[in-house]
Formats: sequence, C-alpha cells, structure tokens
Amino acid sequence: MATEDATAETDGERLPPIVTALATNRRILVGLALLVPVVVAAILGEAVAPYDPTETHVAQRYAGPGGQFILGTDHLGRDLLSRVILGGRTSLLLGFGATALGLTLGVPIGLLAGYVKGRTDEVLMRVMDIIISVPTLLLGLLILVALPSNIVNVILAIGVVYAPRIARVTRSATLSVSEQEYVLAARARGESNSYILFREILPNVTGPVVVEGSVRVGYAIMIGTALSFLGLGSGPPNPDWGFMIATAREHIYQTPWFLIWPSLALLVTVMATNVIGDGLRDVLDPRVTGERQ
Amino acid sequence: MNYLYLLKRVAIAGLSVFVVSSVVFGVTTLLPGSAANIVLGTEATEEAVQQVNEDLGLDRPVYVQYLDFVGGVFTGDFGESLISGQPVAEILWPRLLRTLQLAVVAMLISMVVAIPLGIVAAAFRDRAPDFLITSGSYVGLSIPSFVSATLLLLFLTTPPLALFPKGGYVPPREGLVEWFHHLLLPALAMNTVILAYVLRQTRSSMVETLESDYIRTARLKGVAERNVLFKHALRNGLLPTITVLALNFGWMMGSVVIIEQIFAYPGMGEMIVQAIENRDLPLIQAGILVPTIAFITANFAADVIYTMLDPRINLGEE
Repeated sequence: MATEDATAETDGERLPPIVTALATNRRILVGLALLVPVVVAAILGEAVAPYDPTETHVAQRYAGPGGQFILGTDHLGRDLLSRVILGGRTSLLLGFGATALGLTLGVPIGLLAGYVKGRTDEVLMRVMDIIISVPTLLLGLLILVALPSNIVNVILAIGVVYAPRIARVTRSATLSVSEQEYVLAARARGESNSYILFREILPNVTGPVVVEGSVRVGYAIMIGTALSFLGLGSGPPNPDWGFMIATAREHIYQTPWFLIWPSLALLVTVMATNVIGDGLRDVLDPRVTGERQ
Repeated sequence: MNYLYLLKRVAIAGLSVFVVSSVVFGVTTLLPGSAANIVLGTEATEEAVQQVNEDLGLDRPVYVQYLDFVGGVFTGDFGESLISGQPVAEILWPRLLRTLQLAVVAMLISMVVAIPLGIVAAAFRDRAPDFLITSGSYVGLSIPSFVSATLLLLFLTTPPLALFPKGGYVPPREGLVEWFHHLLLPALAMNTVILAYVLRQTRSSMVETLESDYIRTARLKGVAERNVLFKHALRNGLLPTITVLALNFGWMMGSVVIIEQIFAYPGMGEMIVQAIENRDLPLIQAGILVPTIAFITANFAADVIYTMLDPRINLGEE
C-alpha cells in the first residue's frame, strides 16, 4: 500500500496525492454536487425558506408548483419548498448523528477486538453478530417501542443498529494492520497499548472506516425516514421527509407534488452519499479490510 | 462436510436466538403502561387489575416470567394476545406463511433480474452497458421501499394503467394466477434496494474473479471468452452472492413492515404495526422475534451452502 512505502517520507509529501485523488475523483465530485446544496439549505433553514414551514394558507391548499409557492403547497396549504428544506435538517441530523454514534461505539470495539484478538475478540464479535442478526428496521422499532419517539431516540436506535457493522469493518482492518512492521516496531520500542492503538493503528484503518461511515449515512437517513413513515419519528408539526411522504400518500389524488418533492429530496440525498461512498472506496481502497483473513 | 463445523454453527444460531429473546423480553418488560391497563383500559378497578395480572402470570417474580418466556420461544409458545385473547402462535403462523411467500417471490425476482445484469456489467466493465447498469443501480439503492411502493401503487393500480389490484391477498388454492397477481406488485416494490444490492455484489465479485490468475491462465490457454465467463468465472464469482441473498432476507424481514402496511397485505409486518399501535406486548415480542429467528436460520443455511459449494473451504477442513 502506498501509505506503507511513504512512512519514511514527511507528512507534507504524503498527503497531497490522497487529497488530489479525492478532489479529482469523478464520483466524489458528482456526489458532492448533489449533497452540498441539500446540506447548505438545511443548515441555513429558515434563512432561505421562503415561508414559515408551519404556516398554513387555507385558501391555497394543494397548489401546484410555479405561482406564489415555488414547489406548491400541501393539504394544509403549507409551503412545500420550506418544508422540504427544513425536513432535510431532520433527516441529515439523523443520518450524520446516527453514523457518528455508530462510529463512536463501533470503532473502539473493532479496534480492541482486532488488536487484542483471542477470546476477547471472539466474545465481542459474537455479540456484534447477534445484534446484526436482528433485522435493522425491527431493532429500530423495538427500541422506539420502549423509548418515546423523538429525534434523539431515533438517532440512538439507528446508532446502536449500525455500531456492530462498523465494529466489524474496523476489526478486519485492524487485524491486517496490526501485523504490519511499524506496529511490531512500536511494540518492540515498548510503546503502551493505547499509544499503539490510537497513534499507529487508528490512522491506518481510517480508510475502510470512512468508506463504511459514508455509506451508513445514507442508510441511516433511509431507516430514519422509514421509521417516521411508520409514525415513530420526530413527529409533527416539525417537517420531516418520511412523515411528509406518509401524509402525502393520503392526498395523492389531490396533488402528486406533495409526494414527489420530499421523495426526490430523499432520493438525491441518499444517492449522493452512496456515490460519495463508492468514490471514497475507489481512492482509499478497502481491499485493506482483509475480508479473507 | 465437516460435522464439527456444522455443530458449532448450530450452537451459535441457538445462542443468538437465546440472547435476542432475552433482549426482547428485557425491552418489552421495561415498557411504560401495564399490561392490565392495556387489556382493561385505564379506568379498571383494583381487583380487576389484580385478576388480569394473575391470569397473565404477571404477579410472578420477573425471573420466572423470563424463564417462562425464553422457554416459550424455543417451544413456539408466545402466550396470548392481550387484545383478542387468541394464542399468539395461532395469529402468527398464517401471517408468517404469507410473509414468506412474499419474501420468496421478491427474492426470486431479485435473483432472476440482478444476477444476469451484474454479469453483463462485469463482462462489459467500464463500457456503456456497465455504465448504464451501474447508474441505474444507484437510483435503485437510493429509493426507500415506501416511495417505490407508493409510486407503483399510484401508476399501476389506477386508470389508465390499472394492471394490478391495490392490495390484499388471495390464497393459492383460490387460483394461482390471482395469487401471483396480488403478490407481484408488493414483491416488486420490496425489490428496488435488494435488486440493486445483489447486482452490485454480483458485478464486483465477477470483476474480481475475472481478474484472477486462473481466469488469465484460461484465457492464455485460448479458452473462448464465452466459456471463460460462463464455465470458469461464474461458479466462483457467484459464491459471495449467496451470502448477500441471505443478508437481504434480513432486510426483507424489516421492509415487509412497510410494504405490507402500504399494500394491506395480511402478513407479519402488518401485524407488528397493529400490535405496536395496540401495545399488544406478546404480539410485539413474537413479531420481532420470529422474523429474527427466520433471518438467523437463513444465515445459517447460507453458511452451510457456501461451505458445500466452495472447494477452498472444504479442502482446508478435511
């Protein structure tokens, strides 16, 4: 691997090739072109939304696109563009929040299992396998049946669902890295375990972990919207794509646009994270994960 | 086949069922709102509540309830519905069968469509067919099933294209054509993500196989490209797809919750949503456990099939 050969070189010489590779990868660029507008709109929120997303205009229910409301209105006469923009905030917060939680839980477990090996590894991975054996949506449902459904608990549910998958990827990357010469050298120097784990191994497993994380963001958004579609999301009146789609289905014969816009926003966002994930995979090459070990 | 390996796999599957049922028991026991109130409503008398608790065995210590529950899981006894009083197994069984029919049809569709497309994409790697198929798979991967279900329902069940019924289920004994006619649309809706996923997996493992040394040797020996693809590469290239199909079974067991709800299909998924709305604890427990057990079984089966088909694994163990 390129990074191995480059250990003798300084960081300054090592970084640019990766940065250039990332910045010129066609998939990453296409994905970012799709994702950045959604993220920016969601962050700016009220500042760019033309209307208050909860404000009803009863005289203009089911308005089509064009006219006073750029994308039209819903069954209560609320502006769809504003609701899609602020709904994005919920979905993105959920996607990134759940992935961050999954990484926080999964990476240390994977590092530990892959580095310590033996019985600890066996037990940790068995537990992860068992969590994975519950279908994701059902595990999410189970957690949200027990806890009140608000955005924090949805993030918690999806984060817990994803942690074992991230732990698995981290573990297999750690397994192959921990046999590398620089790790053996560090051990021979008498470095502490935590030094070896966080300074030597962690930087060298970031590739596969970043790839896994980027793919998870999209899936987390999908599961989050699926849960709120089933009525277990953050709940009204906050706009939320899954809940918008669920409501729109009941008004499909009055206006298809109510369904189309949040679906399209969801599609574009999830697709962007998938394309970026593939681009990252091209560049960071997950073959290092050592699946065949 | 190595029997020790098989035995170990059975033990792991059993352990998984045990742990998952413990967790499900733990979570549902912590639930706010007592079962007696679910049965009687909130304005029940003290005596009535006590009576119901006795009937349901909720006056026993928690560990007895726990052992009783886990024991029940392994013998297929999930207790009785709090709402209808019917045994859960009786409610569950026909619904499970219907859900499995849906899952199998969906799985077959994804195999028949995705595997050939994946092979084509790999054979024409980085050329136009590959580009088209891969781009299409991105869209498929990114459409949540509730969106594809809604769109299919909107366009294919209402005039001018009223090709399919809006939902429901017809048992096969009332006519296979009618049965399939009702099943096809939900199975298709469930398929967008799975199809794309199987396709991508098939493509990447075929690409990898086609680049391997033994394929290069076959080509150098002058084996016709057709034979290289279909005789030499296919067997190894499709192995990982078996595992992916099993994983997708888990995905399906989750997405039926949404699909069945949308198509009013009387399966397990629809039952879980109703059970959650009614806070019908035994039904919720069974509704989450049974698909999970089905998934654990599917994974076990995939592991065993994989071991039987992959000559490398057999060689290593004999």
